[in-house]
Amino acid sequence: MANVAEPIGAPLVRASAWSETIAFVIMAGFFIVAPVFIYPVFLMKALCFALFALAFNLLIGYVGLLSFGHALFFGWAAYVSAHAAKVWHLPPELAILTGTAAAAVLGLVTGALAIRRQGIYFAMITLALAQMMYFFALQVPFTGGEDGIQGVPRGFLFGLFDLSNTMTMYALVVVIFIASFLFVYRIIHSPFGEVLKAIRENENRAISLGYKTERYKLVAFVLSASLAGLAGAVKALVFQLASLTDVHWTMSGEVVLMTLVGGLGTVFGPVVGAFVIGAMQNYLAGFGQWVTVIQGVIFVICVLLFRRGIVGEIAHLLRIRL
Amino acid sequence: MFEIFGIPSQALFGQLLIGLINGSFYALLSLGLAVIFGMLNIINFTHGAQYMLGAFAAYLLLQLTGLGYWPALVIAPILVGLSGIVIERTMLQWLYKLDHLYGLLLTFGIALILEGVFRNYYGSSGQPYQLPPSLSGGQNLGFMFLPNYRAWVVVTSLVVCFGTWFVIEKTRLGANLRAATENPTLVRAFGINVPRMITLTYGFGVGLAALAGVMAAPIYNVSPQMGSDIIIVVFAVVVIGGMGSILGAILTGFGLGVIEGLTKVFFPEASNTVIFVIMAVVLLIRPAGLFGRTA
Amino acid sequence: MKTHARKFAFAAALLMCGAAAFAQSGTQTVKIAVLSDMSSLYADIGGPGSVAAAKLAIADFAKVNPNLKVELISADHQNKPDIGSSLATQWYDTDKVDMIVDVPGSGVALAVSQVANQKNKVFIVSGAASSALTGDKCSPNTVHWTYDTWMLANGTGTAIVKTGGDTWFFLTADYAFGYALEGDTVAAVEKAGGKVLGKVRHPTNTNDFSSFLLQAQASKAKIIGLANAGGDTINSIKQGAEFGIVKGGQKFAGLLVFASDVNALGLQTAQGLTLTETWYWDANDANRDWTKRWQQERQGKFPTMVQAGVYSAVTHYLKAVSALKSSADGKAVVAKMKELPTDDPLFGKGTIRADGRKIHDAYLFEVKKPEESKYPGDFYNLRATIPAAEAFRPLKGGGCPLVSG
Repeated sequence: MANVAEPIGAPLVRASAWSETIAFVIMAGFFIVAPVFIYPVFLMKALCFALFALAFNLLIGYVGLLSFGHALFFGWAAYVSAHAAKVWHLPPELAILTGTAAAAVLGLVTGALAIRRQGIYFAMITLALAQMMYFFALQVPFTGGEDGIQGVPRGFLFGLFDLSNTMTMYALVVVIFIASFLFVYRIIHSPFGEVLKAIRENENRAISLGYKTERYKLVAFVLSASLAGLAGAVKALVFQLASLTDVHWTMSGEVVLMTLVGGLGTVFGPVVGAFVIGAMQNYLAGFGQWVTVIQGVIFVICVLLFRRGIVGEIAHLLRIRL
Repeated sequence: MFEIFGIPSQALFGQLLIGLINGSFYALLSLGLAVIFGMLNIINFTHGAQYMLGAFAAYLLLQLTGLGYWPALVIAPILVGLSGIVIERTMLQWLYKLDHLYGLLLTFGIALILEGVFRNYYGSSGQPYQLPPSLSGGQNLGFMFLPNYRAWVVVTSLVVCFGTWFVIEKTRLGANLRAATENPTLVRAFGINVPRMITLTYGFGVGLAALAGVMAAPIYNVSPQMGSDIIIVVFAVVVIGGMGSILGAILTGFGLGVIEGLTKVFFPEASNTVIFVIMAVVLLIRPAGLFGRTA
Repeated sequence: MKTHARKFAFAAALLMCGAAAFAQSGTQTVKIAVLSDMSSLYADIGGPGSVAAAKLAIADFAKVNPNLKVELISADHQNKPDIGSSLATQWYDTDKVDMIVDVPGSGVALAVSQVANQKNKVFIVSGAASSALTGDKCSPNTVHWTYDTWMLANGTGTAIVKTGGDTWFFLTADYAFGYALEGDTVAAVEKAGGKVLGKVRHPTNTNDFSSFLLQAQASKAKIIGLANAGGDTINSIKQGAEFGIVKGGQKFAGLLVFASDVNALGLQTAQGLTLTETWYWDANDANRDWTKRWQQERQGKFPTMVQAGVYSAVTHYLKAVSALKSSADGKAVVAKMKELPTDDPLFGKGTIRADGRKIHDAYLFEVKKPEESKYPGDFYNLRATIPAAEAFRPLKGGGCPLVSG
C-alpha cells in the first residue's frame, strides 16, 4: 500500500534560487541596520536562537528526524564554553570552538543511539537522553547547579577586538550567524543534502539505491548538534552566563516551536520563527503568566491550520522558494 | 538477618516492594500510551498533563462538590476521558493522514496549554489532598511498614492493567480493535464504526492516565508540573518495552519501577537517570525494544 | 492637578535631555521594577504577590513624602537567568529603571546582580535564597533583604538542637544547593551539641521518597532534616505522613519551606514540621493589618516573607532616595541605604551590613495540628526567636570583598 502520509518538511520544489538570493540580501541588510532601532542585546539573543533553529531544521526539515532533545547540545555547549572562558581563561574564539566540539561529541554519541529507531521513537529517545543529561548537568559541580556559571568574561577576540563592547559583540554574532547560514545552505544544496532529502522521502528506496542511510543520518545529526552547540556557546558569551534553562526540555520544545512557526524545511523559516518567538517572549514578559499557554496555543494552531509556517505560506502563495 | 551487598535483607525486601508501587504508575501510564499508540499511531504527549488533570479533578471534586476519594476514582477518569474525546474529535482526527510527528507536536502544544492554565489558577506549589481515611494507617510486615494505601495502589493497578490486557487480547471487542489497527478499511467493510472505535480508545487511554493521577493525588504533590516530570520517564519506559505489545508495556513498567527502587538503595544519586541508561543499553542490544517487533 | 502634570512634564523633559533624574521644583521621579517568577516554580512565593506588596509600599510612602513620584513596572523572568538578565539590561539601559526588586531563583538573581553592578543601578533581592549574594559574589549595588540559605540552615539547626532535637538524619537534594544547605546545617547542629546519624542524597524532582524515608526511619534520628526545596520538600513530607514518620515520634525540619508550601501540604500532613521564617503574617497586629490590605489584591492568599520583604525593601529604598534627592548613582543609593537604619511596620528596626546583608530577627515555627488551627492561614506556633545578631552569617564568614580586613 502506498504511503499516504504527508511527510514532514518541505515539498521538493524545483525553482530558480533568485528568490532566496533576494531574501538573503534583505536579511543581511536588516542585520546591519537593525541595531539602530532595535535593542542589540535582543537582536543577539534572537540570532543565537535563529542559529539554534537553523540547526534543528537541518534535521527535521531535510532528513525528517524530529529531535526533541536539542537543548542537550545547546545547553552543554554553553556550559563548556562558559567554563572554558571563565576557568581555563581561553580567548573567546577558542571558548566557542571548545563548546562546539563538545556538542559534536555529544551529538555523535546521542545520534548513534537515536538513529537506531525512526519517527516517534526517535523523538522520544532524544528527549529521554536530553533529560538524562539535564539531570547530569544539575549534579556535576562545574555547572554550578541552580546558580549556573555566572560572570563569564567575553574577552578579546583574537586578542584584538574588545567584545565587552555591545556593538563589537553584535558584529561577531552576525558574522557567525551569516557564515553558519551559508554553510547550512551549502549542505542542503549539495549532493549530500540531496541524499538526505531522498532519505526523508523514502528511506527504503534510498537504501535500495545503495546508500548507507545510517551513515548519512548520523553525519547530519552530528552537524546539526554542532551548529546547535555553536549557538549555545555564542549565547553563553553574549549573556555571560550558562544556566540550566538551556538544557531543560522546555528549551527543546521552544526550538521546535520556532521552526514550526517559521516553516519546517524552509531555508529562512527558522530565522523568522526565532525572531517572532523571541519578540513574543521579550515583549510579553509583562503578563508572563500566560506565555506558556500562548506558546501552546501557537503550537496547536500551527499544527492544525498552518503547517507550512510563516515562510512556507509566503513561499507557497508567491510560488517561490524561500 | 542476612545481608546482600551490605544491605540488610529486610531493607531490601522493603525496597523491592516499594519499587513495585512506583512501577504501578509507570505501568498504568505506559499502558495508556501503548493503547493509544496501537490504535491512533500517535504518541500522546498530553498524557502527562492528563495524569495531572486526573489528580486535579479529584482535588476539585472534593473542593467544589465535597465528593471524596472513592467517587473521584470513578468520576475523574470519566471526566478526563471525555475531555480527551473532545480533543480527539476537534483536533487529533484531522491529523491521521499526516506524518505522525504532527500528532506529537499537537499533543505537546495541548500539554503546554493545560499545564499553563492550571498554573495560572492554582499556582505552582501544589494543592493538598488527603489519604482516604479507610486506607490510612498501615501494616507492619516485619521487614517494613507498608502503608495500606500503597498496597491498594499496587493491587488496583495490577487489576486494571491485566484487565485491559485481557479485554484487548482475549475478547471479541479486543479482536475487533486489533483488526482495526492492522487494516482499518477491511474492518470498516465488516460494518464496524472504526472512527468511533478510535475516539473511544483515545478516551480510554486518557482515562487510564487520569486514574493514575487520582491514585497519585494522596501521595504525590498535586501540582501543575507533576505530569511533565513523569512523562519523559514513561517515554523511556515505552522505548525500552517497545509499544508493540500491551503485556510488554505493563511488564516493563513494573520491572523498571523495581530497578529504580533498587538503585535508590545502592546508588541513590543515579536513581533518576538509571531508566535512561537502561534505555540506551537496550537500544544498543535490541533496538526494537524488549517486547517490540522489528518493523 | 494641572500643576502636577506640568511638573511631571518638566521632569520628563529633563530626563530626555539626559539631565538629572529629578526636577528642582522638588518633584522627583523614581522607577522601580518588580522582576519575579510569575508563572513557574516560585510564582507563589514572590510573583504577583510581590507586585501587590510593592504597590502598598509606594502608596504608603506617598503619604509621608508626596514629592517623590514613583513608577512601578513588573515582568516575569520565567525562572530563566538569560531572560532575567536581558530584561534587567533593557530596563536599566533604555527604560530608566532605577531599582529592581524581588527576583526569586538564585541563578537569575546572581545574573541580575551582575547587570546592576555594570550599570551602577540598585538591586534588592527578596526572593532568592543563595547566601553567595552577600558572600563571594557580593556587590556594592546589591542588598539581600529577607532571608538566605545560611540563615535558614543555621537558624533551624541551632534552634532545634536547643529545643531537644539533637539527633539528625538528612534528606539532601543531590546538587550544589542541597550540599550547601546540608553543610551549613550540619555545622550548626554539631556546634550546638547535636549529632548527625546519617544522610541520603536524592536526585532533584524525585517523585517517590518512600525508599529514602525508610532509610530515615531506620536511622531512629529524632529530626529528619530536609535539605531540598519546592516539590521535593512537599513530596517528602507528604509521603512521610503516609509512612507514619511523625506519628512514630520523628520530626521533619524544613530547611527551605515557605508558608505557601505549608498551605499546599495542608495542616493534616504538615503538622509538626519545624521551619524558620523571618516574617509571619499572623505574628502581630501590624502584620495582620498589612495582610488585610494586601489581600484586597490577592484574595484568599496569605503573604509570604518574600512578599513582605519586598514591601519593606521598597520602603527603605524610597527613604534613601528621598534623603539623597537622587536615584542616579546606584552605589551612592545603596551606601545611603546602609547608612540609614531600617524601620518599617513589618520587619521593625534593623540595619544593612557592609556586605549588603539586611539584618533582622528570625523565628523558628512549628506547624500547628489541624485542631489547633482556628481560621484559614493559622499555620504556626512560635517555638523560638533568633535575635538579629545571631540569625545571619557573621560578616567576615562570607568572603565578601567589600568587607575590609
